[in-house]
Amino acid sequence: METIGLRRLAVGQRAVITRIMTGGELGRRIRDMGLTPGAEIEVVGRAPLKDPVALRVKNFTLTLRNNEADQILVTPVEADGAS
Amino acid sequence: MTQQTPGHAPHQAAQALKIALAGNPNAGKTTVFNALTGARQQVGNYPGITVEHKEGAMRRGELDLRITDLPGTYSLTAYSQEELVARRVLIEERPDAVIDVANAGVLERNLYLAVQLLEIGVPVVLALNMMDEAKRQGITVDAARLGKLLGVPVVETVARVGKGMDEMLDAAVALAQERRGSLTPLVISYGPDLDQALAEMSALLQGKGLEEAGYMPRWVALKVLEGDTEVAQWLRARDADAAARLEEMSAKVADHCRKTLDTYPEALIADYRYGFISSILRQDVVQVRRIDRVALSDRIDTFLTHKLLGPLFMFAVLYAIYTFTFTLGDIPVGLMGSFFDWLGGLVGAALPNGALKSLLVSGVIAGVGGVLGFVPLIVIIFLIISFLEDSGYMARIAYMLDRVFRMFGLHGCSVMPFIVSGGIAGGCAVPGVMAARTLRSPREKLATILTAPFMTCGAKLPVFLMLVAAFFPKYQAQAMFAVTLASWLVALLVAKLLRSTVISGPSTPFVMELPPYRLPTLRGMLIHAWERTWQFIKRATTVVLPISVLLWAAMTYPGLPAHEAERFAAQRAQQEQVLAAAQADNDEDKVADVQEALSGIDHEEAMAALEYSAAGRFGRAVEGISRYAGFEWRTNIALAAGFAAKEVIVSTLGTAYSLGETDPEETTPLVEKLQTDPDWNLAKGVSLILFTMLYAPCFVTVFTIRQEAGSWGWAAFSMIFNTTLAFAVAVVAYQSMA
Repeated sequence: METIGLRRLAVGQRAVITRIMTGGELGRRIRDMGLTPGAEIEVVGRAPLKDPVALRVKNFTLTLRNNEADQILVTPVEADGAS
Repeated sequence: MTQQTPGHAPHQAAQALKIALAGNPNAGKTTVFNALTGARQQVGNYPGITVEHKEGAMRRGELDLRITDLPGTYSLTAYSQEELVARRVLIEERPDAVIDVANAGVLERNLYLAVQLLEIGVPVVLALNMMDEAKRQGITVDAARLGKLLGVPVVETVARVGKGMDEMLDAAVALAQERRGSLTPLVISYGPDLDQALAEMSALLQGKGLEEAGYMPRWVALKVLEGDTEVAQWLRARDADAAARLEEMSAKVADHCRKTLDTYPEALIADYRYGFISSILRQDVVQVRRIDRVALSDRIDTFLTHKLLGPLFMFAVLYAIYTFTFTLGDIPVGLMGSFFDWLGGLVGAALPNGALKSLLVSGVIAGVGGVLGFVPLIVIIFLIISFLEDSGYMARIAYMLDRVFRMFGLHGCSVMPFIVSGGIAGGCAVPGVMAARTLRSPREKLATILTAPFMTCGAKLPVFLMLVAAFFPKYQAQAMFAVTLASWLVALLVAKLLRSTVISGPSTPFVMELPPYRLPTLRGMLIHAWERTWQFIKRATTVVLPISVLLWAAMTYPGLPAHEAERFAAQRAQQEQVLAAAQADNDEDKVADVQEALSGIDHEEAMAALEYSAAGRFGRAVEGISRYAGFEWRTNIALAAGFAAKEVIVSTLGTAYSLGETDPEETTPLVEKLQTDPDWNLAKGVSLILFTMLYAPCFVTVFTIRQEAGSWGWAAFSMIFNTTLAFAVAVVAYQSMA
């Protein structure tokens, strides 16, 4: 399965995080909030101006900006009908 | 703070046990704190920073407990001031026990903080809060098993209804007495590369007396590997040699990680921490009965953050808040005003005419009254803000508006302070600036604090209404709308300017939690609103009093020289003779005429005294510069007085133009006067509107800025910068129109 930037996921799509490409303040913050490789996420919405984006991860909802989402690579999960 | 003796200090029975509350934001930590301490709370800021510090005392059987509420954090890295503060308190003040309040429904992420607490080595009790909510979501947690695997007492709680509070406290007290301040850090594996480096690094720190200061060698080594600048600095100050060697070793490990694994040590550390957590949770600790439904909050959000309905609803909410606050606030604000008028009248009647009476009535009572008049507004605004925050909607507002605000270097959370300050004309910058507390990041917070006072607050409103009525009689509504738009535009542009110059720096990440919608508790809202209001009252009265006395003195002293005063007295005596004669003749028309002449003399004297006073001389002195913006000395005095409170501009102009008592609400005579006075024209009107919109915030706001920004420097900056900007804009407007 191909790896893409988190920004490219559509609302309702699920994916598994494969890699976080940033360190420093942003990288730390992302990891502190539970976005680590292997975590499963689902895009639950986008703000009215398409940015930021809201994710469902580990049973809570998280928002981040598109340029921050670019630092996160994911592998989309095929819809298996068990949504 | 008690001095920590080296080694482990056993506790005297008489000494209060120190218990700290830690936890993620939105895990219910504040609810736990309120449930434990109720009204017996003290709020302060940590020295030098604006992170709030809350403490409360309580008694438990024979024991006195002192509960410290640590700031809510997701981690103990060096990401935010909250995290630094939490860490510093844990290590340096060494609480006897730490209660980690975790949201049971989001256990995995919440345990990330728990693991870091355990790594420091402090005694931890884990409170699994919101168990009821977790159960409703189909999540069950085996608390006993979790406690065994983590090696800490685990208690199930529902803080909203007070469930489990006793067990939680018992566990904390028992743990505090058992551990007696000793540190037993949790050691987890960070993989072969890091483990080896950690072992070597902590061996190097062994026997250097770190433990006595509360820092375990392995933890310090771990922090150096994580690239934690604060700990690195601390170590450098303590032992430069060891620090240099540690940093060298850490750089080597980092290099190795990059080459072999293409990652950073800190990323690796986080991954292993989460690995440790999930290995525990997988051992039959958490059961999720998959409930086949979207969480209620997500369903609500499909409407409330919908791309069309979301913003519509948001504007409706903001408008409702605004209307609600200022219609509801009107009555108590009016009552406060009447009360101080009454008090002023009472004191005025009791004292003989003279400097003391004037000082008490016009300086002290009017000044302090003016400030306390804000109190009802602050209470209402903070009740509403607490409601929005606790319900979770505030995070949605930030989420929806972040894109727009980011263009100007602000944050989604900046919208609330702008609105409250008068983004919809009529707010107040004092609660507005205080509302900027919801901003976590210092740069965006500062930019918000400094620009929110440009908004059209309720005190500027009468000034604008008067000027608009005088100079745009046919287009009043349009002109007012233009004023509001202009203030937004200037606020955003100045924010952009500040963020690209004096407070430049990258925008803070918007990695933010959208907490589930919850119904806030009234008790929590009341405590929250009250503590902020009380802080305001306490500090405002101490700062406001001297300044209002100073302003009063500037407008009173030096009084008229003797010969001038005599001249007015002579005029008055003459008129009084005429009055007596007219009264004897029963000539009513004549009596009325003379009484008018008498009050005319009073006004002339007041105006002469004002011109002669320090403020008047100031007005004259700056006339040379201010005339470029079209302002003569009388306008200058009015603007200087406007520093006390903007609505005073109208009444001072009234005095200066000999109109006597000018009620700011009742400005018709002044409007006519300005329309016919040759000194005034459209250019001056526009120039004055712009200057009033932009110049130095009133001193209560300046004082609030000092509180919230943490230094007088930014307060002074807002006065000087805003006034300079206001003057430049006013000059350009006046010169291009005149």
